[in-house]
Amino acid sequence: MEIFWYIIIAVVLAVFFILDGYDFGTGIIHLFFTKKEKDKEVIAKSAGLFWDSNEVWLVAAGGMLFMAFPTFYASVFSGFYLPLIIVLWLIIFRAIGLEFRSQFKYQMWKDIWDKSFGVSSLLLALFFGIALGNIVRGVNLGGVENGISVYEGHYFFLPLWDSSFSPLSENPGVIDWFTIIIGLISVVTLAIHGANWIILKTNSSINNKLKGIIFKLNIVLTVLTFFSLIVWQIVNPNSLDNFIEKPYLIIFPIIYFIGLIGLFFIKKIKKDIYGFVLSTLLIVGGITSSLASLFPVILPSINKVNEPLTIYNTSASEYGLSVALNWGIIGFILLFVYMIIQKRLMGGKIDKMDYGH
Amino acid sequence: MEDMLFYDRLQFAFTITFHYIFPQLTMGLSLLIVYFKWKYLRNNIEKYNNAAKFFMKIFAINFTMGVVTGIPMEFQFGTNWAKFSELTGGIIGQTLAMEGMFSFFLESSFLALFIFGEKLMGQKLHFLTGFLVFLGSWASGWFILATNAWMQHPVGYEILDNGKYVLQNFSALFSNPWLLPAFLHNQLASVVTSSFVVASIGAFYILRNKQKEYGKLFLKTGIVFGLISSVLLAFPTGDWNAKNVAKYQPASFAAMEGIFETEKAGAEIVLIGQPNMVEKKLDNKIAVPNILSFLTYQEWDKQIPGMDQFKKEELPDNIPALYYSYHIMVGLGTIFIGVMALSLFFLWRKKLYTSKALLWTIMFLVPFPYIANITGWYTAELGRQPYLVYGLLKTSEGISPTVSSGNTLFTLLGFVALYMLLGLLFLVLVGKTINQGPKPQTH
Repeated sequence: MEIFWYIIIAVVLAVFFILDGYDFGTGIIHLFFTKKEKDKEVIAKSAGLFWDSNEVWLVAAGGMLFMAFPTFYASVFSGFYLPLIIVLWLIIFRAIGLEFRSQFKYQMWKDIWDKSFGVSSLLLALFFGIALGNIVRGVNLGGVENGISVYEGHYFFLPLWDSSFSPLSENPGVIDWFTIIIGLISVVTLAIHGANWIILKTNSSINNKLKGIIFKLNIVLTVLTFFSLIVWQIVNPNSLDNFIEKPYLIIFPIIYFIGLIGLFFIKKIKKDIYGFVLSTLLIVGGITSSLASLFPVILPSINKVNEPLTIYNTSASEYGLSVALNWGIIGFILLFVYMIIQKRLMGGKIDKMDYGH
Repeated sequence: MEDMLFYDRLQFAFTITFHYIFPQLTMGLSLLIVYFKWKYLRNNIEKYNNAAKFFMKIFAINFTMGVVTGIPMEFQFGTNWAKFSELTGGIIGQTLAMEGMFSFFLESSFLALFIFGEKLMGQKLHFLTGFLVFLGSWASGWFILATNAWMQHPVGYEILDNGKYVLQNFSALFSNPWLLPAFLHNQLASVVTSSFVVASIGAFYILRNKQKEYGKLFLKTGIVFGLISSVLLAFPTGDWNAKNVAKYQPASFAAMEGIFETEKAGAEIVLIGQPNMVEKKLDNKIAVPNILSFLTYQEWDKQIPGMDQFKKEELPDNIPALYYSYHIMVGLGTIFIGVMALSLFFLWRKKLYTSKALLWTIMFLVPFPYIANITGWYTAELGRQPYLVYGLLKTSEGISPTVSSGNTLFTLLGFVALYMLLGLLFLVLVGKTINQGPKPQTH
């Protein structure tokens, strides 16, 4: 039952990063590559119409994590206190930027909210990557000092950084050189994803230019990926064990590399949706590979005193998990119906649609 | 430790108070929008459709605010109340996860369609999407109230040796005797808020002598909905909730009613007075004998235990705040019934649209239902103190063990600054929308 919920939550999180990921990426592209007001407006709209239904996936993932793995939820949310609250603030700035930019016609008003949307999208992409970096690196569970836990073994508290910025220090902070690399991977991946979304959803004048940008970003991503694979081994030496033990898990990294290789052919791809599918593969492959390398651990411990958090030592009761599976199935069926309806009514290019006002 | 508890509570109180400004209008207004849309479907008069679309604009701004201030609420269970989450997550995680699954997905999927899709879908489908948004927002209320009901009156659980609360009976969460009365009371209160908002915008248009056709429609609709909901708010739902408090949380009941000493021959009802915690009495008291016993138990001389019957640790930790919250809520509720009934009488006598004094009153009353809603929640939450889970888990036992008070103060200050900005933006944008008015602009 734990494994069921682990998979469900992983899927919900992956969907969140696919969906909200494209509007983060749209924000990054918007920040760096748009010049004309007409493009800015339609690109902001391609994120603005969907961000709130996309962010519901984050809320849903949070709720399910709370229900299924309450100890993990409590430990991680209090341990990453500062970065999480900063993420909340960024989410707020991004949302109001998107919602309010078109409320007044003044150029300065629009510029302020465009920056708010762009900068917070960029920082959110970075922070979510850093978060993933923290999860694979592990934390000082129990706040161990000199071999003694300061807190109960499943609690911790991370400073934003420690002075060495090293993932190998005894009590690493949220930001170190390893998590920054993962953060940059996330920024580049989501920028590619966002660019694909803009190409798919709009007729903006920069669509052709974006394909070139995707190509260049993909080169950067390839370099970062290989570099990260090397340092990953230093930071978490056990990360290949699962793949050696269960070779079928190799499918997840393969998904990632299909996306990565495919995107080099972006200029030859005729159908817009294929580009978007390829960057989706990047996201799915990246998240699932990281999770698969840890399983069943969900938060490694970097000290020898306390056990890592796993799906088994943090889960709710068997009864709770199984009763939730019942309503969960009903919920997902309903959700599927909503998505079909939404897709039928809101598919196609944004600028061609007549939304009235 | 004391400090940590204080800042955790302060931050939660601040963020939830600010957050709840928005959902109360979302929930109530969605009902009124569905009503306008339904009228339009029935009689095909353009005015009703424009009214629905106008309030949809206000709804959309309000909804955004509700979403962005709501995400921090879910996060804070983990960030600031980690111990509470760890111990009870197996139970309240159910209702909170269901809220995401059954209400947020519904609400957000159809809101965009409702706002942008009128021409795409045709009128009947457009009405349906509006109805689904309404359903989603009320379902959200239902799951939040189910969560809160469990904290007020825990049911269907078992406590393990390690202190963890384990779910024993899923359906008990929804048949909790605390839930239905609290849900109905809360939803009616949100209808009162939105009725006042609608009526007050109507009064504004008439007083400014612009968009009068809509002014009249809004006033009439707001008053009818407002009177019905504010009467039902007091009776039966308010009464029902008070009886629940008396039954399940007698110490809180004594504190909120301001009964310091038990009276043998029936309890009086306090209308005015200030709790004096040093001398354990009410200063400047005006009270009517025996009424409280009658209202609660339908017996004039039924004895109601006062605060002297409880140990200090069982009593709420801030009795004056609880007492004031409760009395402000009840007092305002009574005023709402009075003003709405008077307005309806004037409407019936066809004098309402020319009675300037009454129109000004309606216009300026608009902040007060918000205050009543929030003091109502303060009554529930302060009344539950010193517990997080009534009778079982103390509030001081629920905080995150690793988050220092300095960190919480830092984030609290950040939230205060950010929410001031949000509040300002909200007022500017809603003000702009109201100023433009519902009449379609000619291009």
